[in-house]
Order: sequence, then structure tokens, then C-alpha cells
Amino acid sequence: MNPLDLALAVLAAAFATSLIRAFRGPSVADRAVAADVGLFAVVAAIAILAVRAGSTAFIDVVLVATLLGFLATVAVSSLVRRPPS
Amino acid sequence: MSALTLIGGVLVGAGILLILLAAIGIVRFPDVLTRASAATKAAGLGVVLVLAGVAFLFGTLEAAVKLSLAVVLQFLTAPVSGHVIARAAYRSGSPLWEGTHTDELAVYERRAGRHTPGTTAGRRPR
Repeated sequence: MNPLDLALAVLAAAFATSLIRAFRGPSVADRAVAADVGLFAVVAAIAILAVRAGSTAFIDVVLVATLLGFLATVAVSSLVRRPPS
Repeated sequence: MSALTLIGGVLVGAGILLILLAAIGIVRFPDVLTRASAATKAAGLGVVLVLAGVAFLFGTLEAAVKLSLAVVLQFLTAPVSGHVIARAAYRSGSPLWEGTHTDELAVYERRAGRHTPGTTAGRRPR
């Protein structure tokens, strides 16, 4: 078994764990943080898949996903507001 | 197994363990600010380590250039996004953990006439 497959399995576990907080999280900020961690796990998985497939084409995907994740987090942060009480 | 493969494997292993720890942290930590802290520090460094390890595993110049650009961007954007989300959560009045000891920001927020999160613990820095 390729050791990179084990790394991908660990990243899948991390993604599933962050989904728990995304479903449960009481506020929008909790969900945004959980989505951030989930995206980091996906980015790392894409980078490892690039090694697994032996192709550098996946690395461009890593660049774009990193920047889009940052923009998404900043955009969501403007939607975090006081819950109606 | 060459030296490049060994270094890359160690870096990738450390990175994925940090990402897994960040995911456990955001489930187990008590409030938004501690969760954002876990996510920003652990996951940000974890992604950087994985990308550096992948650069070693490829061992080509093209991969190294692209991945170092990704590492620099990650180092620049991960702290900013964590800070932005934590500030938005604090301003929106999300409750702090009841064990929060010191909230120095509350003094400045009240001086600026803004509402501060509703905990009774540790509002005033000493």
C-alpha cells in the first residue's frame, strides 16, 4: 500500500471531523472556521494527489483554491452579525 | 529511498497530523475565538508543511516554484482570514468561554461606544 494513501485517509478523517463543527456550530463564524479547515484539508489532499498522479497540473489547482478560500472567508466575515435576540 | 523522498515524507506527515489536530480542535474547543485560533495556526502551518513536502517529493524546478508561491500566499492569507473571522465573531457579540480570564479588547470597544460580548468573567484587564 502506498503511504500517500494513508495520508489521504488521514485528511479525509480531518475533513469529516471539521464537517461535525460545520453542522453543529452555533454561529456563522463557527461554520466559517470549520469550512476553512475543511478547505485546508482538501488543498492538502489535492497536493498529495498531484504526487500520487505524478502530474504538476494539480498544483495550479492548489494555488487557485488557496486564494479563493481566503476571499470566501473574508466575504463570509461580513455576513457575521448579531443574532436576533 | 532517496534523501528527498525521506524529507518530503516527514514534512507531509507532520503537515497532515497538524491538519487533523486542527480539525479535532475546532470540534472540542469551547468558543469561537479558541476555535479560530486552532484553525488558523494549526491548519495554516499544516498546509504549508504539506506543500513544502510535496515540493520535495516532486524534486523538479517547476513544482518547487509553483509550490513556494503557494506557500508564500498561504503564509500571507491564513493569519488575515483567521483575524477577520475572529474580529467579526467578537463584534457580533458571540459569547466567550466562561473561563476567559482577560478581555483587554472590551475596554477599547466600550470606549468606542460598541457593545461587548456578554460574559461576566474577566472583562477588565489588570
